[in-house]
Amino acid sequence: MQFRTPLKQARGLGASHHGRAHWWAQRVSAVAMLPLMLWLVIGLAVNSGADYAQAAAWISSPINAVMLILAFGVLFYHGALGLQVALEDYVPHKGVRMGLVFGLRFVAAFLAGFAIFSVLTIALGG
Amino acid sequence: MSIDNRPLSPHLQVYRLPFTAITSISHRISGALLAAGSLVLVYWVAAVAAGAERYAAASALLGSVPVRLLMFVWTFILFYHLCNGVRHLFWDAGYGFDLAVAQRTGQAVIAGAVALTLITWLIVLI
Repeated sequence: MQFRTPLKQARGLGASHHGRAHWWAQRVSAVAMLPLMLWLVIGLAVNSGADYAQAAAWISSPINAVMLILAFGVLFYHGALGLQVALEDYVPHKGVRMGLVFGLRFVAAFLAGFAIFSVLTIALGG
Repeated sequence: MSIDNRPLSPHLQVYRLPFTAITSISHRISGALLAAGSLVLVYWVAAVAAGAERYAAASALLGSVPVRLLMFVWTFILFYHLCNGVRHLFWDAGYGFDLAVAQRTGQAVIAGAVALTLITWLIVLI
């Protein structure tokens, strides 16, 4: 017996109504993280022990500033998606779970905004 | 229906996890630890944005021996998650599901993470 309507099949969103959006976003952001994090770790390693002028100059250079902004944006996006899945797996109470996922998104958005604002302050304020 | 032959999910308190299962749960744990570690990145960039005095204080803290040891461990966790993430992306594309292959790629992930961690800290210390 076929219970699903053709429209339901065509939309392909499944029982969760989200379909594959979250799954895809996690993978696409993961691929973006590969070059961003390799670049960031090498950049931080090279600049470890830098004094203030050196650190500010490194962050201010246009390519570094753009890469840092992208890195912080994608990092907190990818991190929020991942932690959301962990919360969904381990928090049984629906209300608590929703509250934690909401809070997680707000905190991640704030941290990304704060970090990106810091980069812009350094790059444009100098 | 025979009750004896039914497949059972592992009882985690008494079940010795196989290597592939350990790499699997480690991926989630490492992701959560990296999310916590991202706060250090935000602290660093905010300290640069706050000016020379704040940066000097942050630099002294981040350069201290206990924090450096923590960062060394954090570097390994980052590269573990990065390498194992690539392994997951291959699985998502449908490759590498054979048990023998999964074992070998798991070992390769750990070897790769160790190598990348050591290379990074060679750059830091040179």
